[in-house]
Amino acid sequence: MYDAPFSEKNVTSNAVKIAADGVQVYYGDTHAIKDVSVNINDKMVTAFIGPSGCGKSTFLRCLNRMNDTIDICRVEGDIRIDGEDIYDKRVDPVQLRAKVGMVFQKPNPFPKSIYDNVAYGPRIHGLARNKAELDEIVEKSLRRGAIWDEVKDRLHAPGTGLSGGQQQRLCIARAVATEPEVLLMDEPCSALDPIATSQVEELIDELRRDYSVVIVTHSMQQAARVSQKTAFFHLGNLVEFDDTDKIFTNPQDPRTESYITGRIG
Amino acid sequence: MTDATATPTPTKSLTTSDAHMKKRNAAEKRFKAYGIAAIGAGLFFLVVLLASILTNGLTAFQQTFIEVPVYLDPAKLDKKGNRDPEEMAKVSTFGYAPLLQDGIFAQVEQKGIETPLAKSKDMKALISASAAAQVRDRVLANPDLVGQTVNVRFLASSRVDGYLKDRVTRESVARDKNIDAEHLDLVDALRAEGMVEKRFNWDFITGADASESRPEQAGIGVSMIGSFFMMLVVLFLALPIGVAASIYLEEFAPQNRFTDLIEVNISNLAAVPSIVFGILGLAVFIQFMHLPQSAPIVGGLVLTLMTLPTIIISTRASLKSVPPSIRDAALGLGASKTQSVFHHVLPLAMPGILTGTIIGLAQALGETAPLLLIGMVGYIATNVPDGIAAGFLDPNSAMPAQIYEWAKRADPAYYERAWGGIIILLLFLFAMNAIAIILRRRFERRW
Ligand SMILES: Nc1ncnc2c1ncn2[C@@H]1O[C@H](COP(=O)(O)OP(=O)(O)O)[C@@H](O)[C@H]1O
Ligand SMILES: [Mg+2]
Repeated sequence: MYDAPFSEKNVTSNAVKIAADGVQVYYGDTHAIKDVSVNINDKMVTAFIGPSGCGKSTFLRCLNRMNDTIDICRVEGDIRIDGEDIYDKRVDPVQLRAKVGMVFQKPNPFPKSIYDNVAYGPRIHGLARNKAELDEIVEKSLRRGAIWDEVKDRLHAPGTGLSGGQQQRLCIARAVATEPEVLLMDEPCSALDPIATSQVEELIDELRRDYSVVIVTHSMQQAARVSQKTAFFHLGNLVEFDDTDKIFTNPQDPRTESYITGRIG
Repeated sequence: MTDATATPTPTKSLTTSDAHMKKRNAAEKRFKAYGIAAIGAGLFFLVVLLASILTNGLTAFQQTFIEVPVYLDPAKLDKKGNRDPEEMAKVSTFGYAPLLQDGIFAQVEQKGIETPLAKSKDMKALISASAAAQVRDRVLANPDLVGQTVNVRFLASSRVDGYLKDRVTRESVARDKNIDAEHLDLVDALRAEGMVEKRFNWDFITGADASESRPEQAGIGVSMIGSFFMMLVVLFLALPIGVAASIYLEEFAPQNRFTDLIEVNISNLAAVPSIVFGILGLAVFIQFMHLPQSAPIVGGLVLTLMTLPTIIISTRASLKSVPPSIRDAALGLGASKTQSVFHHVLPLAMPGILTGTIIGLAQALGETAPLLLIGMVGYIATNVPDGIAAGFLDPNSAMPAQIYEWAKRADPAYYERAWGGIIILLLFLFAMNAIAIILRRRFERRW
């Protein structure tokens, strides 16, 4: 009933990269995330699915502390990456975000050249000692973003001049350039056409080799195609979290079943 | 199959409009007419305004000059005959004035012009009081001229100038003790000989103010320098302070009662009458801090206070218009808040900030009321480099204050200069607005 995944769902690693325990998120008085505990593995794609407004983005943004930028947002509970509490007072969110990259729903390249878009992260984090190294990082990242061949002749053209799908892959390349260990993607394909979507999906499957990838999607087909683990959120609760195969073929919770069969959405 | 090809008759034809539709269309037409009428009225007033400014003010750029050969009599200018500039400096302008009168009178006699004015002294009414000083300066700079007959072009008196500009008429002269109808006849004759004519007057643009009795000499140059220094102060204080305040309020400050209060008060400050800033400046900068009166630094500080809200409001608006996704992108890559603002948000907001700043500066340039309160109406009769109005701390005037001063003076010749000053002020404002537009075009948003 769902498209076949790109590769066999051979789970390559069982190492836990991110461990969230009893996470609560409040926007002022709104309780947006209710006691969510989840383990996200390394070298694996984890998908968050659920009806809109259920808190997928909110939870994702807890993982790189982007919620810190929202004044009224309050996060409780324990989130560890590689065993370190990321909400510890000593943790600088700026450093955390270099380690946990993020790709947003709407492609948001800087209004600068393609080169400068990718080079920005390495520059501010001092990853390159000279121009040659920077060039190398830019090329490598654009290759990882599966967009090198399309842009290699116009690296100094504005990134905003690319098509939507190319812009999103540029954003992925930009995120990859800071050498993160985790990649968070918030509905990365929702603004893209089907061809661009399948290109990005292929890319996500590629990225799994090096990163722990978390992807929010409202498309169950997409979750089935790209992820190895799936978490189903509903009204701020984590209803079910299991291997993707299992969620889609044999859901344990009636709410999950109604959602994937299209009864709640 | 025949059914399918038959054209069905529409229940309601699209080609005829019903009463309701007609009413709606009429309302639309009416509204368009109102709009066009409003714009037309606005344009009409603009044209009237510009036309009246130009007709009243353009004449100020022309001035009547007299050009005659003048014999620089050594017996009067250099009694010892040694051409020593120091000795010669003892002869004041009173020694030079008769020479100019003689010069004109000699021409009258030579050309055989008939006039009841039989004495050289009678020529005095034609000559500007500034002319003697002008010739004296020239002689002191070059003492060898003494003893020669040189062609001198000097300002005619303001009455003569007014006569050439139709401001002074024979009727008005009847009640004027400065000049008589005979003088006007003589001016006509001299004009026919080409010795009296109107020319473009650079000194109106570059010169200094003059006393009440010699409007023909007054220029706006010194107050232009005063305005320039004030604008420098405003630019270098208001721009950084305003931009820093806006960035803090827009990007860093928490949203709470206190920042709301600040926000409301900034908007209120923008609406405070400028004279309030003037009296504040008088109390704080002059009476409390003892900064010099009439100095561009004080004027600049007062105008800075006045311009700050404008700059803050426009800067915040342009910061707000930068899409939040740009900030997210930078933060998501691990940029700090400051980096995201200075690397991405600020460059994108720059055209808006610059436009707002220039508009604020233009506002400040035309502001008069606060300057009156802090005494930025200094009477400076000499221009740089000799004059005292050279820096931020020296007393000076400003263009709008100078215009106000001129408009206040009794002599109608000053009225013309006030309009002329307004033309110059408007030119500056147009130029600044043009710069703002060019900047906006050049840095058009690129996302
Ligand atoms: N910035 C915010 N301020 C207040 N409430 C928010 C904010 N962002 C999200 N929420 C609320 O939190 C809940 C979860 O939102 P979100 O995480 O965006 O859902 P999803 O991504 O699953 O569609 C929603 O009820 C939403 O209204
Ligand atoms: Mg969302």
